[in-house]
Amino acid sequence: MAALLVCSGLMAFAQTKNSCLDCHSNLPEPLGVSAETYSQNIHAQKGLTCAACHGGDASTDDPEKAMSRAAGWKGKIERKQVPELCASCHADAERMKKYNPSLRVDQFQQYKTSVHGMKWAKGDSKVAVCTDCHGVHDLRAPSDPRSTVHPTNIATTCSHCHADAEYMKPYGIKTDQFANYEQSVHHDAMVVRGDLSAPTCTTCHGNHGATPPGVANVTAVCSNCHVFQAQLFATSPHKDAFAALGLPGCVTCHSNHAIKHPTDEMIGTGPKAVCTNCHTAGDAGATQAEAMHNQLTELAAAIAASDELLGRAERQGMEVSQAKLQAAQAREALLKARVTVHAFRDSELKRDTDAGLAVTRQTHAAGEKAMEEWKFRRVGLGLSVVAIAIALVGLGLYVRNLEQQ
Amino acid sequence: MASPANTIRQWLDERFPLDDIKALAQKKKVPVHRYSYWYFLGGMTLFLFGVQVLTGALLLMYYRPGADEAFESVQFIMTQVQFGWLIRSVHSWSANLLVFMAFAHLFSVLFLKSYRKPRELTWVSGVLLLFLMLGFGFSGYLLPWNTLSYFATKVGTEIPAQIPIIGRPVLLFLRGGEDITGSTLTRLYGFHVAILPAVATLLIGVHLALIQWFGMSVPPGVEAEWQARPEGKREIRFFPNFVLRELMAWYVALGLLGALAALFPWSLGVKADPFASAPAGIKPEWYFLSMFQTLKLIPAKLLGMDGEMLGILAFGVIGGAALLLPFLDREKPFNTRRWIPGLACVFLGYMTVMTVYGWVAK
Repeated sequence: MAALLVCSGLMAFAQTKNSCLDCHSNLPEPLGVSAETYSQNIHAQKGLTCAACHGGDASTDDPEKAMSRAAGWKGKIERKQVPELCASCHADAERMKKYNPSLRVDQFQQYKTSVHGMKWAKGDSKVAVCTDCHGVHDLRAPSDPRSTVHPTNIATTCSHCHADAEYMKPYGIKTDQFANYEQSVHHDAMVVRGDLSAPTCTTCHGNHGATPPGVANVTAVCSNCHVFQAQLFATSPHKDAFAALGLPGCVTCHSNHAIKHPTDEMIGTGPKAVCTNCHTAGDAGATQAEAMHNQLTELAAAIAASDELLGRAERQGMEVSQAKLQAAQAREALLKARVTVHAFRDSELKRDTDAGLAVTRQTHAAGEKAMEEWKFRRVGLGLSVVAIAIALVGLGLYVRNLEQQ
Repeated sequence: MASPANTIRQWLDERFPLDDIKALAQKKKVPVHRYSYWYFLGGMTLFLFGVQVLTGALLLMYYRPGADEAFESVQFIMTQVQFGWLIRSVHSWSANLLVFMAFAHLFSVLFLKSYRKPRELTWVSGVLLLFLMLGFGFSGYLLPWNTLSYFATKVGTEIPAQIPIIGRPVLLFLRGGEDITGSTLTRLYGFHVAILPAVATLLIGVHLALIQWFGMSVPPGVEAEWQARPEGKREIRFFPNFVLRELMAWYVALGLLGALAALFPWSLGVKADPFASAPAGIKPEWYFLSMFQTLKLIPAKLLGMDGEMLGILAFGVIGGAALLLPFLDREKPFNTRRWIPGLACVFLGYMTVMTVYGWVAK
């Protein structure tokens, strides 16, 4: 399929004369653009020539005519001109329909509302323009895994500027976002597990309208994926308390870029607990947090003990598949309880953990019964072997006696 | 005054020739020589068949054939029925030992040349019984309706489909349709618990009657020695001497079955899902592995014919040759009598190597 797309692109490229490449494919950087690079450009594949951006006449072999100011040749495009130049096509719904009817045409409008766009409008030439993220002559469709704006590459693309301390110095913002993101559960899902629906920079910040989420809308950003957690948080005592303190919802406990895989240790009053950032030991909140931590760890420990016992019984050849199937219900209860935590009410959490504990009591009992049965079989086998051995010896002696007669 | 036991015995004597049977059994002799221990293999096979009948009958009390019930009923037997695990595990282990013992018995008879005149029909009935035992294994394998048995049966029923003309009708007959479904299960269940046992019982009766009629065969070498030196000939009474020795072997088999069932209970597996893809490395039971591995290795095209079909035809020829072996054992025209033990050795070695290869191959 990919080969077909490339071939069709090359055919379209071949059909439209692009004399610029005759010379520029032989020139060194920054003027050089190889024919191979350009052939992979989405614009070239759609039949556009260099003249579509740079102006001039790509159909003539005469360099004077091709690069004639009279023919509209613009030469190198200044950075500050890039957004408007791209928008001259990409904001034109009529024109874009010919190439991709489903492609949005509001990128430039969004860009103007972004921090990048607002600074660009004020004449800041260092902020990101279209080509900084999408590339220039090797610009590929976002669905192409080699594209700089493919989901797996977006964070790296953003980091080119946002992780460059020297470059970001005038803006006074941190440059550790990418390093933090690389350690996060979201990066793990996206890059390690290849889950393209996992969040990257643009999922929370937006792409063309990129803006840092404000305190008020952090929960709204996270709730796009974490729906139940957000609903429970909205009913929790923390909602108003956080709002009063000006704390930004989810990230207060989970951080923003370095979101680690949550553990039961995060709640409670232990050394890894985030509750103690605000609560002090003995206050009502800390007591509730401790109770919730105990409920979660009790259920997790009960599940682990039951699994270990059932696993041991299974390794001994005992049939425990029904109990193992039932144990899945306990794991589901724990999963649900870990979501219910976001209501921050131990009574609500207890309902879920009690349901899970009731299941683990049954599965543990099934495991114990299986192990008792296994011991019984061993004893039974031993007694049977002894009985058979006695019978064999008796028979042997009888046969010998018989034959001696 | 006569004791109650004597009274019952006298009552029976008047109505059943118990004393005649006893006299016949005591009169019957079993030769004793350096190969005598091979005689026990047939009895062991018979004992294991008896175990199969007994444990199979017990399993029938709880087993329910049907795609929606079979797995659950075996699970119920394994977990809820008192000693159900033991009965099912003994049934499964005994089935494997039975096939092994039947093969061992066949090769021992072959190498001792016990199929010679007048025992040709004893051999034929024995080979037919071995085929029946393989049929028992194949039909019983699907009954737990787990993933392994489902896909192994799928592969197994596809093999005869390669036979020209009759292949597809055979496949439809075995499956009861195009695919492995509940219809296949009830069909194989019918074979396993009714048709095959009926035919097997009849054949075992014929086989045993022929053995009793002609007595135990003595290998040609021993026979020649006894003819040269008649005083060296030794015999024991069939009853009780040989029967008691056989009983000892049965006890050992019983202990082995109990130990295998207790230490390695037969796994239940995961319920078959006809919509799931076949697990990697699906294999049949060990006694079909040599054939399975041969078909895997055989080239797609051989001598201008379909390789798999050629392989199946070859198995058919070997099976036919095994069945008719006593009639192929001739001095003229090709002196096959001289070649048969060597060919049997090569075949046994090939089967062993292919079984091991199939077992370890991915």
